[in-house]
Amino acid sequence: MSLAHTEHLVILPVLLPLLCGASMIPLDSGRHGLKLVLSLGAALALLAIAAATMFLADSGHWPHGIGVYLAANWVAPFGIALVADRLASLMLMLTAVLAVAVLSYSALRWSRIGVHFHSLFQFLLMGVNGAFLTHDLFNLFVFFEVMLAASYGLVLHGYTAQRVRAGMQYVTINLIASLAFLIGVSLIYATSGTLNMADLAARLPMLPEGDLALLKAGVAVLCVAFLVKAGMWPLGLWLPTVYAAASPPVGAMMVLLTKVGVYAVLRLWLLVFSNDAGPAAGYALDVLLPGGMATMAFGAAGMLAVEAPGRIAGHAAILSSGTLLAAIGSGVPALVPAALLYLLSSTLAMAAFMLLIELVERVRSPRSSVVALTIEAFAVEETPDQPVGEGIPGALAFLALAFAGCALVIAGVPPLSGFVAKFGLIHALVGGETSSVAWTLITLIVLSGLCSTVALTRFGVRTFWAAGDIRPPRLHTTEVASISALLLACVILTVQAGPVLDFLTRTSAGLHRPALYIERVLGVPAVPGAGGKVAPP
Amino acid sequence: MEIVVSLVIGVLFGSGTWLVLRPRSFQVVTGLMLMSYAANLFIFSMGRLAVARPPLVPSTGVVDPSAYADPLPQALVLTAIVIGFATTALYLVVMIGSRGLTRTDHVDGEERQR
Repeated sequence: MSLAHTEHLVILPVLLPLLCGASMIPLDSGRHGLKLVLSLGAALALLAIAAATMFLADSGHWPHGIGVYLAANWVAPFGIALVADRLASLMLMLTAVLAVAVLSYSALRWSRIGVHFHSLFQFLLMGVNGAFLTHDLFNLFVFFEVMLAASYGLVLHGYTAQRVRAGMQYVTINLIASLAFLIGVSLIYATSGTLNMADLAARLPMLPEGDLALLKAGVAVLCVAFLVKAGMWPLGLWLPTVYAAASPPVGAMMVLLTKVGVYAVLRLWLLVFSNDAGPAAGYALDVLLPGGMATMAFGAAGMLAVEAPGRIAGHAAILSSGTLLAAIGSGVPALVPAALLYLLSSTLAMAAFMLLIELVERVRSPRSSVVALTIEAFAVEETPDQPVGEGIPGALAFLALAFAGCALVIAGVPPLSGFVAKFGLIHALVGGETSSVAWTLITLIVLSGLCSTVALTRFGVRTFWAAGDIRPPRLHTTEVASISALLLACVILTVQAGPVLDFLTRTSAGLHRPALYIERVLGVPAVPGAGGKVAPP
Repeated sequence: MEIVVSLVIGVLFGSGTWLVLRPRSFQVVTGLMLMSYAANLFIFSMGRLAVARPPLVPSTGVVDPSAYADPLPQALVLTAIVIGFATTALYLVVMIGSRGLTRTDHVDGEERQR
């Protein structure tokens, strides 16, 4: 007896990038075309897998929309369980969309600088997908490390002095955060005796007082690692420098990495510290909420204070993380669907903005980009080819329009999806018990929107309406197509906001019923007759 | 035994923290290594400290759990050591590259002007 083929879909988002990335390592570094085909093919396959997983999770194929895959056929909590629910499949989808766009953007130029861009990119996808799917805390650590190790390589991609310096700081911060992760995980294991998230949620209400205090300390230490990734103030001060230094395609993927931290917090808190958790219910929400608010204020002030576009994007990412953390920290279930919509639209728009920055820089200083190209060359014989092919007409008009689109979504101004999401957040806040905290959060959301509008408008005015000679840059179809695709995704989120919000509401409803996760994850039997592993008790 | 192990972990982590806060990358990498030793010992001790108890149980017969050590933290610590080793090696490569490109071994800063 064996599993139905559809069940194996859950592990494919981890396996496929691993195999694809590994198969590209022995390839000669000159074979850009073949590598691009393999890499883009894998990303498109991931897109299809994510869509299929999303369909299976939402169509009632899996009980309660939770698909469980027991790695190596060991029952939970003894083995590692991968869980594909609506939230995980949504994040897989977001990752795949970003991956396709970023890969097609880097096809002409960025993937040709340096070595192993595509392999590292696939390993990054593997780590991110794994972090979304796994339901085991130590396995989450492993996937975080895979993701981080790949991102270290990618941040250094291009190898300028600025990147190496920023990369070294990035590595240092994340190594320390990983140690915090390990200490937190081992404290959780020592007190609860489990690393499976659902099992942890089940055992938490039964823990004695003293152990619970230690476990809370462990979770707090663990959470430091998540919040460093998410860029919560004051743990996110490294973020703008790294964003500004990284090459544009890598910067676009880094936007997603901050969301992995937010995802981990959301997943753990809604599952483990839900209302079913007895005395531990709602633990540390009173830290997440002010922390998120401080992050929002820091991000908004930062956006106003800096001029370099990479740093503007970095502070925008901090602002967006802060909004999400504050939404999680407020502990209002009705906020979660709007927060998820905000996560989707802000990630897509910020990734598009990161990609756009480089094209805009070509307007600002056509000369210096040539210089930058020569410096960025990893070695002399690997001087990247100039982008080949014809430029598209109306390049300047495209840049200005695409910039306006990104700015509208990031700032949350009507009519695009950023506005819908922010409106949803404010609506949910007003609809609940309107305390002074809720009003503070609403004020912060509105004010931070104003700050981003001012900062982005200033950047746009100085770039597109600047006096002096603006030479229309040469843009290429792949670059334009990838940015358009990301913005189109935002437009779809706006036009189809109804169905999307319905889906997100179902996602949130599932997340707020941790008993279902406990029942599903711990209840799945091993496949009999396959190696004689432990039977469920 | 507990007090000795906790003191060792505390001293390692404390010195690591101090070194990580130093400006030069060599001090930082030494600090990171000390901190990761401390974290690994910490994980190991989270399986409770015991002497002469094997982590492997025989495949036959009734097993008395109190006669055996918890194997899980030992497995975790192995993974953590491997990952920590790899990332430290990577950090060293970045450090050498940074030294060559920026002509300073400060993590974030400048050589003092003389």
